[in-house]
Amino acid sequence: MDFTFNDDQLAFREAISRFLMTEAAPEMLRDVWETDAGRSPELRTKIAEQGLTALSVPEACGGLGMDDVAWSLMTQELGYYAIPDSLADTAYVAAGLLTALGADVAGRDETLAQIADGSIRVAVGHPVNPLVADAHLASHLLLAHGDEVHLVPRQLVDVVATPSIDASRRLSQVVWEPTSATRVAAGEQGRALWAQTLDRGALAVAGQALGLAQRMLDLSVDYVAQRKQFGKPIGSFQAVKHHLADVATQIEFAKPVLYRAAHALANGARDAAVHVSHAKLACAEAGWLSARHGIQVHGAMGYTWEVDLQMFMKRAWALDASWGDRAFHKSRVAACVLADGAPLGPGHTFEE
Amino acid sequence: MDLAYTPKQKAFRAEVRAWLADNLPREPLASYDTREGFEQHREWESRLFDARLSMVMWPAELGGRGCDLTEWLIFEEEYYGAGAPMRVNQNGQLLLGPTLMEFGTEEQKQRFLPRMAASADMWAQGWSEPNAGSDMAAITSKAIRDGDHYVLNGQKTWSTRAIFADWLFGLFRSDPASSRHHGLSFLLVPLDTPGVTIRPIKALNGKDAFAEVFFDDVRVPVENRIGAEGQGWHVAMATAGFERGLLLRSPARFQATARKLVELYRANQASADRDPSIREAVSQAWMDAEAYALSAYHTVGRLARGARIGAESSTNKIFWSELDLRMHETAMRILGARGELLENAEGEANYWLEGFLFAQAGPIYAGTNEIQRNIIAERMLGLPK
Repeated sequence: MDFTFNDDQLAFREAISRFLMTEAAPEMLRDVWETDAGRSPELRTKIAEQGLTALSVPEACGGLGMDDVAWSLMTQELGYYAIPDSLADTAYVAAGLLTALGADVAGRDETLAQIADGSIRVAVGHPVNPLVADAHLASHLLLAHGDEVHLVPRQLVDVVATPSIDASRRLSQVVWEPTSATRVAAGEQGRALWAQTLDRGALAVAGQALGLAQRMLDLSVDYVAQRKQFGKPIGSFQAVKHHLADVATQIEFAKPVLYRAAHALANGARDAAVHVSHAKLACAEAGWLSARHGIQVHGAMGYTWEVDLQMFMKRAWALDASWGDRAFHKSRVAACVLADGAPLGPGHTFEE
Repeated sequence: MDLAYTPKQKAFRAEVRAWLADNLPREPLASYDTREGFEQHREWESRLFDARLSMVMWPAELGGRGCDLTEWLIFEEEYYGAGAPMRVNQNGQLLLGPTLMEFGTEEQKQRFLPRMAASADMWAQGWSEPNAGSDMAAITSKAIRDGDHYVLNGQKTWSTRAIFADWLFGLFRSDPASSRHHGLSFLLVPLDTPGVTIRPIKALNGKDAFAEVFFDDVRVPVENRIGAEGQGWHVAMATAGFERGLLLRSPARFQATARKLVELYRANQASADRDPSIREAVSQAWMDAEAYALSAYHTVGRLARGARIGAESSTNKIFWSELDLRMHETAMRILGARGELLENAEGEANYWLEGFLFAQAGPIYAGTNEIQRNIIAERMLGLPK
C-alpha cells in the first residue's frame, strides 16, 4: 500500500510547472484572449517540443504511453497556469479514445502519431457536453451518434462559434450528418468507449479546477500580504485569514480524491465512475470556493478586468459544468452510495 | 502508487477482525463519562492490551507490536468498522504517550508507558486554566522547586474524565518571574496526592465528562518532569501537534458514522426525501469521510517517504470536526421529532442524539477551529501575525 507519487512523477510535475511558468505567463494569456482563434501557435509549438502532446499516445504510435495518474498531475499544472489551449482534450481525452479503438481501425494510428508530434488537434463531442471545444481548429472530431463513435474530418462538419466568458474556451455548436464511412465503433463497444471518455474528460477538468484553486489561493495570499489598511497588511486580519484557511483546507482534502480517481481509471476499476465523480465535485468546489474567497479578499480590485485573478476565476467557473454538471456527478455518487449492498464504511476505500 | 495491501497487511487485518469478532462485548458498555462505564471501558482496554492490540504502533517492549502507520490505519478500520467501544484512555495513550517517547527518559518510558498501554493508569490532561484557554501561554498555575520536589498551586480546568482518572499531565509555571511560553515545565501528577481537589463539571449530556482540578501545596517529585525545566511549552506543543493531527481521530470513526448515516437514511427514506437536501447531505457525508481516509493514506505514505507534517495537521482538525458535526446534524434532521428523545422506540439510548451532543465539542476542543485557521493562515500560507 503506497498512496503517493514516486520521485520521477514529482520531477515530471516540477518540469511541467517550470516550463509553463515561463511560457504561459498571465500577460501572454491576456494577449491570446484578444486573438480571433484564441490560441497561440508559438505556445502550441513549444508544448509539442516538450513532448506534452505525446504523453498519452501509445509508444507504438510515437508517444510516451503515460497513464491517467500522470494526467492527474499534468492537469493541475494546466489549471494553475490557465493555459489558453485545450491540450488535455486532444492529448489525453481524444488520444485515450483513439487508443482504445483498436489498431485495426482505419486512420487510428496516423491520427495518434499526428497528435503525438503536435501537428493536429482532435476535438471531442461527447453527449454530456452540449458544445465542442476547439472544433474550429481541429483536423478531426470524435463525435457521438447514439452509442456510435465517429471520427469525422473537419471539412465534413459545420462549426458555429458560441463565445464563453472565459475567452480561452472556444466552444462551438457542431452540425454534421453521421455516415457509415466515419463510424469507428458502435453498440456495446461504443457505449463503453463513451463512458470511459466521459470519465477521462471529467478527471481532466477536476485536475484543472484544483490547479486553478491553488493559483487563486496563491494570488490571494500575495495580495493580502501587500495590501495595507488601518496601517497593516489586510492578511493579518483574522476574517481575511480564515477565508484563505478554508480554501487551503478544501484543496488539501480534494487532492487525494483526484489521485484516487486517476488510479481507478488507470486500472480500469469497476467503480472508477464514482471516484471520478467524487473528484470532479471535490475539485470543482475547491475551485469555486477559491474564486469566491479570492475575489472577496481582493476587494474591489477583484472585480476588475485589470487584476489577473479574473482569468483564473472565469476558467474555474466555466469548467464547473464541463464534462458533466454537478447534478450529473452527484447523481452518479448517490446512485452508488445509496444502493443496496454498497461497499461502505472503514476498510473499503481501496477496493477495486 | 500501489493501492494493494501486502499479504502481511492482509493477514494483520484478518487477525484483528477475527479477534474482535471473538472478543467484542456482547452488550454495549455504559457511557465512559460515568464511573460504571469508565471501569467497563478500563476492563475492555486491558483485554485489548492482553492481545497486544491496545497500542499497536508502540514497540513490543512497551506493550505494543511495532506496527507501522499503514497497519495502524488498518487496525482502526477494523476496530471502528466492528463498532468496538470508544477508547477511554486516549488522552494518555495518544497525547502523552508520543510525548514520552520523544522527550521522556528511558526510566520514565519504562515506568509509564506499559501501564498506560494496559490502562492500569488512566490519564487526564491538565492544560487549560480558567484564564488560559485558546491563549494557553497565559498559564498561571505554579510549580515552585523545593529540593527534589515541585510544590504546585493553582487550578486547571476542562480536564476530561479527571474525576475518574489516576494521573494528570500538565503545564505549570516553574519560573515565577517568567511570562508567556517561557519558564513552564511539563509535569506528571498522581491525582491521589494530598492537596489535589477534583470538582466535576457537568457536560452538555448531564454527565461528569470533565472537571476542574485544584492544587493546594501539592508536592510532586522532580523525576515526574518531562523534558528540561522551563522547556514545557516546547514539549506541550509537540503534543498539541499529535492531538489535532491524524492520531487522535483516525478516518475509520467517521467512515463508520457515514455508513450508519446511509443506513439511517435508507431506513427512513420516505420521510427523509420530503427534504431533498437530506439525500444530498448523506451522499456528501460519504464523500467527505472517504476524502478524509484518502488524505490519511496519502499523509502516511508521505511520512514513510520521509516527509514532515507541519501545519497541515490543522486542516485535519477542521475537516473531521466539521464533518462529524454535519453528519450528526443530518441524522437529527432525518430523525425529525424523534431526535430529541433520550431513547428510541426499542428502548435503547438514542445513539445519534448522544453523538450530536458530543459533535458540538469537536470544533472547540484540541484547539478551537478558529485557532486552527490562524495556524493554517500563518504557518501554511505564511500570512502575517
